[in-house]
Amino acid sequence: MSNHSAPFVPHPETATLEGKNKFLAFWFFLGGETVLFACLFGTYLGLTRDLSGVEPGPDQLFELPTIFAATMALLISSLTSVLAIIQMRKNNMAKMQFWFWVTILLGWVFVGLEVNEFYTYVTVEDFTYSSNAFASSFYTLLGFHGGHVFFGTLWILTLILQTLKKGINTTTAPKLYIASLYWHFVDVVWVFIFTVVYLMGKVG
Amino acid sequence: MDWITTVDHKKIGILYLMSGFLFFLFGGIEAILIRVQLAVPENDFLSGEIYNQIVTMHGTTMIFLAVMPAIFGLMNAIVPLQIGARDVAFPFMNAVSFWMFFFGGVLLNCSWFLGGAPAAGWTAYAPLSDIYEGLGMDFYVLGLQIAGAGTLMGGINFLVTIVNMRAPGLTWMRLPMFTWSIFITSVLILFAFPALTIGLFLLFFDRLFGGNFFDPSAGGNPIIWEHIFWIFGHPEVYILILPAFGILSDVISQHSRKRIFGYTSMVLALVLIGFLAFMVWAHHMFTVGLGPVANSVFAIMTMAIAIPTGVKIFNWLFTLWGGQIRFTTANLFALGFIPTFVMGGTTGVMLAVVTADFQFHDSYFVVAHFHYVIVGGLVFGLFAGIYHWWPKIFGRFLNETIGKWNFWLFFIGFHLTFFPQHFLGLMGMPRRNFTYPAELGWGDMNFISSIGAAFMGVATILFTWNIVVTSIKGEKAKGDAWYGDGRTLEWSISSPAPEYNFAQTPLVKEFDAFWAEKRNGNDRVTPAEPLGEIHMPNNSIIPIIMSFGAFIAGFGFIFSAENKSSLFVAAFGLAIMFGSMLVHSLYDDHGHHLIPDELKQKESKRKGAEA
Repeated sequence: MSNHSAPFVPHPETATLEGKNKFLAFWFFLGGETVLFACLFGTYLGLTRDLSGVEPGPDQLFELPTIFAATMALLISSLTSVLAIIQMRKNNMAKMQFWFWVTILLGWVFVGLEVNEFYTYVTVEDFTYSSNAFASSFYTLLGFHGGHVFFGTLWILTLILQTLKKGINTTTAPKLYIASLYWHFVDVVWVFIFTVVYLMGKVG
Repeated sequence: MDWITTVDHKKIGILYLMSGFLFFLFGGIEAILIRVQLAVPENDFLSGEIYNQIVTMHGTTMIFLAVMPAIFGLMNAIVPLQIGARDVAFPFMNAVSFWMFFFGGVLLNCSWFLGGAPAAGWTAYAPLSDIYEGLGMDFYVLGLQIAGAGTLMGGINFLVTIVNMRAPGLTWMRLPMFTWSIFITSVLILFAFPALTIGLFLLFFDRLFGGNFFDPSAGGNPIIWEHIFWIFGHPEVYILILPAFGILSDVISQHSRKRIFGYTSMVLALVLIGFLAFMVWAHHMFTVGLGPVANSVFAIMTMAIAIPTGVKIFNWLFTLWGGQIRFTTANLFALGFIPTFVMGGTTGVMLAVVTADFQFHDSYFVVAHFHYVIVGGLVFGLFAGIYHWWPKIFGRFLNETIGKWNFWLFFIGFHLTFFPQHFLGLMGMPRRNFTYPAELGWGDMNFISSIGAAFMGVATILFTWNIVVTSIKGEKAKGDAWYGDGRTLEWSISSPAPEYNFAQTPLVKEFDAFWAEKRNGNDRVTPAEPLGEIHMPNNSIIPIIMSFGAFIAGFGFIFSAENKSSLFVAAFGLAIMFGSMLVHSLYDDHGHHLIPDELKQKESKRKGAEA
């Protein structure tokens, strides 16, 4: 199975059956993840339907400038992961790694902003996990998403290590490709969080 | 050692079957204890607390640790053979799935020795499970979480296997019914199990980290648990029964020497049932107070499931009609399934009538209904499948004489146990109560019910005896084991199948490919490729280490409620788990190749042994 000598193909991620299997399995996995997040959103919506008298409520709590910064970091990181995949298809290792590094860094910026946000809520507003049902569902939904982002950065990091050793070939390309799919998915979930939690919390 | 490190789907199938059967015996003993306790009024054989633990563990064990792995066992052993594949799409992940299930089950059962088993019912309704129940519930949450992760991986694996790895010519509408049912089942697993994951996480966070999801005094709502649990739980019922439908279709058509009647409608019925499975979860909650509109919608959806199910029942009957029926044990179980399942389905429609459900709710009528469906349906189906495919999996037949005793004792015992429970329910006997007063007159029927349970117990012992006897001195099976009546691809290769399954990938030209070839005078299926090198995956120790890491992490989390420092144990377990994932991802294992000469030798040796 020496892929190093094989000629480079334009779509190395789906060139082999193994690659096709991974690609399909990952789409199925994302289907399952959708249910997972749907349940969390459902719980959040169910428990925040009536927040009258709950202190602090979402409109007092959320600060849009920080959230805007986090959103930008994550949306741009989705773009950079696309640029990385484009370079992968061109078999340009250095540029691909560069764009994946940018993706990882933006992911870390996002996680840092989120940690800072949680820290502020807990210390300044005394809004802890056990405060009330709104707090539990808020931290759980956001935490699951943040955990996904953080896990994604570690995942992409191990893939960068792998490509250093093995280069871009039909074994590594499917892994890189599905990692970027995952990254887009996490991004899409954030768009929903931004709308359902923050925007509706502010104006809903 | 080979069994611990194996990534071969056939061996993993056997592992699933064996451990599933072990847990089936546990669950069975729990069932017998329940029936002993309820045999006479005001019995004090078990205390209320122990009874609650046994009832909870009986339900949880039977569903998650006995019948689910039995299904996974059969699907692992058979589906790749039916579609002409050399293995599943992800052999390594397949091993991980098995070990995750296994350690999840072990973790759950450790609770017996470490402070008491879970006692909130297998549905773990909040706030009982959330606030009032102790350590046992933590075992429930983490044991199921780990086992569930394995199941989800297994589901994805089989979806990809069936979509991508079918032999050339095996189009969707030529797929054997069992494989079709496993495909739909896997779709249900994919969309149902994440809901369970979240439900368990919420319960976990409430219990260990002071969350307020199900605590009304802090703004929580216990009904959310019921919604999430049944969004998982109702599809789960179909995850259990659809494989039985698939088994039945294959067993009946083969043992009646006829093509399955109405193949297209059988497939459509499966798809439709799979879809409707997600539309009916609130019928478990009619008495919660969701309102008349919600209740009506869910009632109609529930009743609608009877239509595709009826289609299947009639198609089985039409397949039998005019067939050359052989009354093998496998076929007896299949035939026993039909009337029993129809009865279970009928009471299901009765329960779907909302106004009537207010009477039936939480009574023994419900207990009778779901045991008719799950035991009378699924367990009969599994027995049929196990007797049918045993020679293919192990290369030896199970003994037919013991098998028939097994069937009749189980069949009679089953009806004796659960038929009277309908009446007990209508007479007002509630479920989950550990005893009842004598003057209500429930004693006689409960006694009959307990005798029936003893019959089923004896039948299970006979089955165990059958396995032991035939594994020592069983009749050897040929490739096309059952009278040469095999219809699908798995019967076209030797029994047990060689590690590479098919020396040459078969070319499928018709539905029931092997049958069609035999009818055209061929003794084997046309190959789609010349004899060439076969690429096989290597065994790996990583899956068991990884799952063991999850097991340790589970223990750490369970005891963190009492002692925060056990979170370090949890972290250690997670480190093992993620560490072994990292090792697996950094060191690619390219597997090994079998060369044509070696294959030729092996194949001719097999031919010689069979002749």
